[in-house]
Amino acid sequence: MEMEMEMDNIAIVGVAQTKYERRKKDQTFYEMVYEVTTRALEDSGLTLGHIDNVITVSNDFLDGRTISSMAVAEAAGGYEKNISTVEGDGTFGAFYGAMRVLGGFKSTLVVAHSKGSEGDIKYITNAMFDPIYQRSLGIDAISAAALQANTYMERYGITEVDFAKISVKNHSNAKNNPFAQLPLDLTVNDVMQSRRVADPIKLLDCSPVSDGAAAIIIANEEKVQKARTKPIWIKGIAHCAEDYFLGDRDLAHPKSLKDAAKRAYKMAGIINPREEIDVVELYDAFSYMEPLWLEGMGFCDPGQGGKMIDMKITTMDGKIPVNPSGGVLSAHPILVAGLARIIEAVLQLRGEAGDRQVQGVNKALAHGINGPCGQSHCVWILSRDK
Amino acid sequence: MKTWLEDVQSLTMKGQIKIPYTWSVGEVGSRFLLALRENKRILGNRCSSCNLVYVPPRKNCGRCFKDIEEWVELSNEGIVTAHTIVRFQYPLQSAKVPFAYAVIKLDGADVGLVHIIRDNLDNLKNGVRVKALFKEDRTGHILDIDSFQII
Repeated sequence: MEMEMEMDNIAIVGVAQTKYERRKKDQTFYEMVYEVTTRALEDSGLTLGHIDNVITVSNDFLDGRTISSMAVAEAAGGYEKNISTVEGDGTFGAFYGAMRVLGGFKSTLVVAHSKGSEGDIKYITNAMFDPIYQRSLGIDAISAAALQANTYMERYGITEVDFAKISVKNHSNAKNNPFAQLPLDLTVNDVMQSRRVADPIKLLDCSPVSDGAAAIIIANEEKVQKARTKPIWIKGIAHCAEDYFLGDRDLAHPKSLKDAAKRAYKMAGIINPREEIDVVELYDAFSYMEPLWLEGMGFCDPGQGGKMIDMKITTMDGKIPVNPSGGVLSAHPILVAGLARIIEAVLQLRGEAGDRQVQGVNKALAHGINGPCGQSHCVWILSRDK
Repeated sequence: MKTWLEDVQSLTMKGQIKIPYTWSVGEVGSRFLLALRENKRILGNRCSSCNLVYVPPRKNCGRCFKDIEEWVELSNEGIVTAHTIVRFQYPLQSAKVPFAYAVIKLDGADVGLVHIIRDNLDNLKNGVRVKALFKEDRTGHILDIDSFQII
């Protein structure tokens, strides 16, 4: 469906994230939310009084309680405020936050949290599959992803070595990111020799189990004036979903990403993403996802995603560095991970990305996924320029 | 830095959530599961608008957003279109490792059915033909198909 959309000017004016760790034993998830809410406000220079509206992002299975969003209301500054919730990736929570600001609120705080360490990710991801036809098979996020990796490899002749290179690159990038959980010096051989989990996926092709939280503040033009940060303008946002059942989908063709990217580019006035986007932060829960999502985003033709790293386009010194932060492979707090992609894009655009800073960034793409094997995708185009 | 923090030992608390559910299978799903139980037959259904044959069968075509009325009896055989051999074990899996998950396009269907393959994994590749192996004791469950076997 084609929609002509012209958006009011809205911007991200505050960001914060915890360091991502395997187990944050010293903090409850409530305390993580309080930490990033406080720090996002500090970053923006706004006070809680400036925030009209709060959105929390959480998952009841991960938290081990129902209506998990309400349990963090006070930590998120939601007391006596309009607070609502998104159960899904942080990019989708932020999308809702942007809609709130476009809908008349002057500023929205979006905060996501998860502690993968507290439950059991295999049980929790098994529960995303329908209980009648799929769940009792025991399928989980890793084995579903392995079906997608297998389809992708066989369709285009992409190899496990191609995927291993992504893991090497992103774990190496993570060495420059103080928030990353797994900065690693790896070789392709290390990845290839790591424990086989579900063919073709090996341990070092997988993102880790992580704890963490992140928050952003989205503001309209009036509130942007009150913030002290350089505003990062939201130029294009879109999401799109396809079939729930894995067997219904062409797993090597990320159709919903293609649609979401197309709409976000159109909204942002982007004609050729490869020429116009300077840095990408995408949701690489598994190494194979980076090249597959790059294809979906239109940075290369179908089947060519594996070559982007060989051509040194996506490396730190390339034309379009992908995941300078180390990506989701280097820290995977579920739900938070997409918001972290937005935050990393904002830091790149502000020129505050420290050792992982890419030079001359004017436009950045941030991306998140929801559902098994990227059933739905959310694409953000962020810009230094209004 | 608050100095008292250094003296605190962070405690954890163990718990478990165990909730019994009784999910309704619905009329469409019940007809599918009863066909497995009673006749060892796999049923799909066809969208009259786009002609796509779904398995498991659906109440509506998600793409056309129309009711699906036409039932189709599918073959118990098909081809593997995607697979993974699973090397890690956890209690919810329905087979001992190594076993495979596969997307199987049954003859007569247009979409794939996800199921398991237990045996002969050395010969498993995409494009190979497989056949449903039914359990002797069937209860009206997706695992009335024990697994698919390479033929």
